[in-house]
Amino acid sequence: MMKHRFFILLLIALFSLSARAELTIEIMGGAANQIPIAVVPFDASPAAAAQQSSISNIINADLKRSGLFRTLETRGVANQPHQVADVKYSDWLGIQAQALTIGTVEPLPGNRMKVAFRLLDVLKQNQLLAMEFTITQSQQRMTAHKIADMIYEKLTGEKGVFATRISYVNKANGRYSLEVADADGFNPQTVVSSKEPLISPSWSPDGTKIAYVSFEKKKPVIYVQSLVSGQRYVLANFKGNNSAPAWSPDGSKLAIVLTYSANSQVYIINADGSGLKQLTYSSGIDTEPDWSPDGAFVYFTSNRGGGPQIYRIPSSGGDAKRVTFEGAYNVSPHVSPDGKLLTYIKQDSSGFRVAIQDIETGQVQTRSETTQDESPSFAPNGRMILYATNVGGKGTLAAVSSDGRVKQRLTDAGGDVREPSWGPAN
Amino acid sequence: MNKSLLMSVLLAGVLAACSNNAVKNKPAAPVAQTAAEAEAARLAAEKAAAEADLASLKDPSNILSKRSVYFDFDKDEVKPEYRALVDAHAKFLLAHPKSKVAVQGNADNRGSREYNLSLGQRRSVAVKKVMNLAGVQEAQIETVSYGEEKANACKDEACFQQDRRADIVYDHE
Repeated sequence: MMKHRFFILLLIALFSLSARAELTIEIMGGAANQIPIAVVPFDASPAAAAQQSSISNIINADLKRSGLFRTLETRGVANQPHQVADVKYSDWLGIQAQALTIGTVEPLPGNRMKVAFRLLDVLKQNQLLAMEFTITQSQQRMTAHKIADMIYEKLTGEKGVFATRISYVNKANGRYSLEVADADGFNPQTVVSSKEPLISPSWSPDGTKIAYVSFEKKKPVIYVQSLVSGQRYVLANFKGNNSAPAWSPDGSKLAIVLTYSANSQVYIINADGSGLKQLTYSSGIDTEPDWSPDGAFVYFTSNRGGGPQIYRIPSSGGDAKRVTFEGAYNVSPHVSPDGKLLTYIKQDSSGFRVAIQDIETGQVQTRSETTQDESPSFAPNGRMILYATNVGGKGTLAAVSSDGRVKQRLTDAGGDVREPSWGPAN
Repeated sequence: MNKSLLMSVLLAGVLAACSNNAVKNKPAAPVAQTAAEAEAARLAAEKAAAEADLASLKDPSNILSKRSVYFDFDKDEVKPEYRALVDAHAKFLLAHPKSKVAVQGNADNRGSREYNLSLGQRRSVAVKKVMNLAGVQEAQIETVSYGEEKANACKDEACFQQDRRADIVYDHE
């Protein structure tokens, strides 16, 4: 038994080091008023600047992918400045840039580098941001994402989410693996891998742990795994199904679903697996809990009234109130980070699609054009909704902006991808 | 009648013949031995009968060979047309108290994985309840749900329908 356990730990350790095929992100559509921005290559040598992994190219790709920016081709401009003193604003007005990003990359001894960047307002001819980082080679991508986040925030007034991570489940060659990748799909790392299904990953609010459901014991059991050490523990392995984990906003508890007494019902359990308490009581299915950002309510799916609809209940217990009223099948609720919007899957005449509902007014809008959508969740800034869908018979991830204008598709050439979840901003 | 059943019956007959000969040819044999032989014959006959019974679970002409109960979309009621099937398995379990089954609930791949996991569980429990009503003990039935995790990559109703199902699986299989 001990041997067995050790072997599993070893496997986890091994898998946590293995890198997988990357997700490819395709962008469809964009905001109505995209901000035209020019990002001048930071590297002094043209060969280094041309590399896709160069810092300026990563910043450029991030801004473009958001759909809020029109990234301009800079190669036509003869003078490529690295310092503010060298900027000729007329050059950039000439290609209709409103914002300009310049910078430098300077190698330091010991595989380290100094990265400096400035964001300039072309119309006002002034500096909006200036920052310097001393980093190691391996921090290059994350630093580029952080710079893109700062530019994004300065120009849109919203927090950027380029320096965040996403998780998803990849099914390939009869194996399931839970992956964590950068928000741009790069640098995927396998958290856990199994021959049996893995579903419902949920990030701890501090981004250091993931709770998930594994069928490796031939029934659904909830595990919590550290993304730092790779170690995991069983959170819930009660009689029957153990599923649908959702962390409370303070990270001290999780809402989970058990069939312990009979039907699927929502319970609350401490993050260490102690203090189990039943939250919902119905004779139907209650599942898919999700906390409001203030921790006061738990939204969940229930078929207590016939078909599945979304309800909410005070997290301290009490009466459940129905939240969705349009359509006969509404499932998988997730609340936006500001607590104002709800996204879920709504069945309509064409299929199962991502819907968004204003919690206060009850107004509902369908946001996706795909028809086999599942598991929608908000980005930490609330702008994008990441979800799973099916394109040409293949499990694919997709993202749509809350206003429906920006659409992205994330595919893995090596397998079916599903069960996405956007990690928190750190 | 299938092959394994036929073999079992023949084997039982041969064993019975052997024990008759033994009695006839050695009238002075100790009683204990005769009793032991009779007991062996009885056990063999019992084993053959049990094998014949197990074979009935696989006999295509026997309703017991049918193991799947199909459901409507988002429903967990056992439809009237599947009552006879579930009742036949209940009767088998009552006649074989040592047999155990797992009722495995499934859902088609549309909608939510978690909701479908719960729905599959409701379907397996619905089949179990029909068996319980017929008198089958809890200890003989285990329920498990795979939700939509074992579903096919379906695109139309004819295919979806195959996945909305609870399977009755015997533990010796």
